[in-house]
Amino acid sequence: MTFTTPPYLTQDVSVRRIMLHVLAALVPAIAVYVALIGPAVLVQLGIATLVALLGEAAMLKLRDKPLALFLGDGSAVVTAWLVALAFPPLAPWWLITVGTLFAIVIAKHLYGGLGQNPFNPAMIAFAVCIVAYPSLMSQWPPVDAGNGIGEQLALIFGQAPRLDAMSGATPLDALKTALKGADSGLTVASVLDNRAVFGHVGGKGWEWVSLAYLVGGLWMWQRKIIGGQVSAAFLAGMALIATALWLLHPDQFANPLFHLVSGGTMLGAFFIVTDPVSGCTTPRGKLIFGFAAGLLAYIIRVFGGYPDGVAFAVLLLNICAPLIDHSTQPAIFGMKK
Amino acid sequence: MLQLFKFKGGVKPETHKAPSLQAPIAKAPLPEQLIVPLHQSIGGVPQPLVEVGQHVLKGQRIGAADQWVSAAVHAPTSGTVIAVEPRLAAHPSGLTTASVVIAPDGREEWIDRQPVDYHTLAPERLREHLRDAGVVGLGGAVFPSHAKLSAAKSVPMEELVINGAECEPFMTCDDLLMRERAEEIVRGITVFRDLLEPRKVLIGIEDNKPEALQSMREAVARLGVDFTVTAVPTRYPAGGAKQLIRVLTGKEVPASRRSPEMGVQCFNVATAYTAWRALAFGEPVISRIVTLTGNVETPRNWETLLGTPLGEFIRLGAPKPDTDRYLMGGPMMGFEMPGLEAPLVKASNCIIAGSPALFPPPAPEMPCIRCGACAEACPHELQPFELYWFSRARNFGKTQEYNLFDCIECGCCSYVCPSHIPLVQYFRFAKSEIWARERDKNQADAAKSRFEFRNERDEREKAEKAERLARAAAAKATEKPAAEKPAATVPAEETPPANAPVDADAAKKAAIAAAMERARLQREAAQVKNTDNLSTEQREEIARIDARRARAPAHQAVEQTDVAPPPAQEQ
Repeated sequence: MTFTTPPYLTQDVSVRRIMLHVLAALVPAIAVYVALIGPAVLVQLGIATLVALLGEAAMLKLRDKPLALFLGDGSAVVTAWLVALAFPPLAPWWLITVGTLFAIVIAKHLYGGLGQNPFNPAMIAFAVCIVAYPSLMSQWPPVDAGNGIGEQLALIFGQAPRLDAMSGATPLDALKTALKGADSGLTVASVLDNRAVFGHVGGKGWEWVSLAYLVGGLWMWQRKIIGGQVSAAFLAGMALIATALWLLHPDQFANPLFHLVSGGTMLGAFFIVTDPVSGCTTPRGKLIFGFAAGLLAYIIRVFGGYPDGVAFAVLLLNICAPLIDHSTQPAIFGMKK
Repeated sequence: MLQLFKFKGGVKPETHKAPSLQAPIAKAPLPEQLIVPLHQSIGGVPQPLVEVGQHVLKGQRIGAADQWVSAAVHAPTSGTVIAVEPRLAAHPSGLTTASVVIAPDGREEWIDRQPVDYHTLAPERLREHLRDAGVVGLGGAVFPSHAKLSAAKSVPMEELVINGAECEPFMTCDDLLMRERAEEIVRGITVFRDLLEPRKVLIGIEDNKPEALQSMREAVARLGVDFTVTAVPTRYPAGGAKQLIRVLTGKEVPASRRSPEMGVQCFNVATAYTAWRALAFGEPVISRIVTLTGNVETPRNWETLLGTPLGEFIRLGAPKPDTDRYLMGGPMMGFEMPGLEAPLVKASNCIIAGSPALFPPPAPEMPCIRCGACAEACPHELQPFELYWFSRARNFGKTQEYNLFDCIECGCCSYVCPSHIPLVQYFRFAKSEIWARERDKNQADAAKSRFEFRNERDEREKAEKAERLARAAAAKATEKPAAEKPAATVPAEETPPANAPVDADAAKKAAIAAAMERARLQREAAQVKNTDNLSTEQREEIARIDARRARAPAHQAVEQTDVAPPPAQEQ
């Protein structure tokens, strides 16, 4: 007799279903991104997916785990897509390969695989590459560069020289560099007036990508794939410090809306800090985690040397997550004060 | 209008209740054989009162409660006892349990049923009467009801909660009982009320049972009693005693407290019904309403004699060919019956025929991704995924820190888990491991105190012996005449007197030993050791710590657990 255990009913849920929802939620942003930059984005997504699946399969084999079950759970593909979307779209193929492998092999499997990683794998990939290859990781193409598919493929696969034409900076970086110029005497308003780089509220074009991330995130929230608290806390953390500094020195600090739609804010809020494995799990812990990550991301991106601060902020909070969880355990039924 | 409260968590599985609600309760036919386990309730195991070959009457007591928390069992029909032996139990383990097997004679000859006016009985007699009638909680927990019918000494009873929620999917036995026999239920409740004297009586029924609500309201009105019949939102596990108490009174009873200490007590509707039958008709609990549903042609509720073998019972519903298992209880907390020979018992509220289509085999277990769905679903607001990690790691100390024993095993966490982790099984495993260790520890403590006691006794006896020897020697010395004294100073040449078998040397040695022993005892008496004059609790604490030290290298983790020792299983 086989021993069966209750409950005999289960909800129609699975890790795979959750991961597929996350991938689907990324589609609007990818679509806008492709429209802005071109097919290079898809090429990067393809490389990352392939590398992630190969790396995952190799590690599963080494760890003696069932291949089909874990390759099918979709978690490696989610990591791959997040890496691809966090990396510059015209970066050489090996850069995204290194990043993705680092995420899958080291950040995920060497820590024990699915569910065991203390750090967000995609953010580890970003952090490793921006430290190791700072210039390549800072080359973001302007949205209207207008290079065709052939040109983009040549760049990615190293068949064309990497020229200044495609080595722009992110709008965040552009603002910071302009303001930091020793004798610039520029104000935020005058910098943001540069219509070649900046759009309505954020980076030209990039603000639409951010908006698409927001749409995808809200959809996941509506489908109850993410809880929403940690995303809201992250955005609140960033908005709070941005508003405070902007009110204090509007000439030196961009308005909060600019920060919310620039860089990795929206991607971070809905697809990175929402990672349950490396984040906090208690209700209060989620709020603390999100808020602190938002605050820290702003500080790093505005006062630090890196183009954006989301990755480092999230990784720092990942370190704190167990401690936050431990100290915010909710009172149980019958034990509330 | 009663103000309702909410409990957190819970799930809403499909109810599957409609099929078994189509027909009224029917009386199940007499089976060919009845297998009546003696142990059908929480607590003590009733002792058999009958022998093989003995003729029994319907309702005759065949097992007597052996202690306060225990309940009698009775012959479900008249016939001959053909065996008193271990038989397969209605339990997932497949173990056997002492059972009385009766071959019915078909005459259904009752004992002399004596209705009692419960008002004339002293409360203590009334409780005994219920115990001897075998009245236990029929919601599935089968806790002897009489043992719950005393208010706490210091806390006035405020609310009596009557559970008609029936939140488990598939199950409809309480629903139909309330529809068809509401008046007897309400009369039973008045008995409980008179014993507990609560300020309010609240009857909670899930709002997916409008007919039962209607029928109960009418019965309450007809009998002119001041009970509140309330519809509670349908959400599993609203029928859990603690959840229903929460919903109706706002009180949260933690695992560490008993509900009367908080001025509330809870009974199932079917329990109230059987209590009334026992008093007003003199009928002990020999049958119950059992829902037969699931993968059967004719789902229905049957009034079934306890002891009916599962195999005979299921024929009443005509199981479909692809039926591969039978569950007892609901699909959330029930279990798979170990075989068709297992009998229906007081806890058998529902039998569900299962098929691969109805209950697909569980999907492969994946690692936990800490999504927290289980924590949101947990009606006791626990963090099941944390408990899972600690149970898996056998870090049982931590599981208790995270309130493992507040888990009611309702299955909500497993139900929502996207990784298909059988969480409840991990928690049951952890609980049983902790109980086992607790038992081991108690045994070790007992052995240690036995050992210490023996050491003490040995030492005391040694001291007493030395003392005796010394006295004997001293007595001898004084007996000797003073004239012989100088001679005694030259011991080498002196031969001891014939009447003194102990030579002077030995006597001297004994005297010295005795003196030293006395001095040692005096010293010890003078110096108060920090381990003296301890309270029993402190001594126990020391014994516990010692036991722990002994175990320490093997079970580092368990050390931290002693803060809240789990309730030792008493069975």
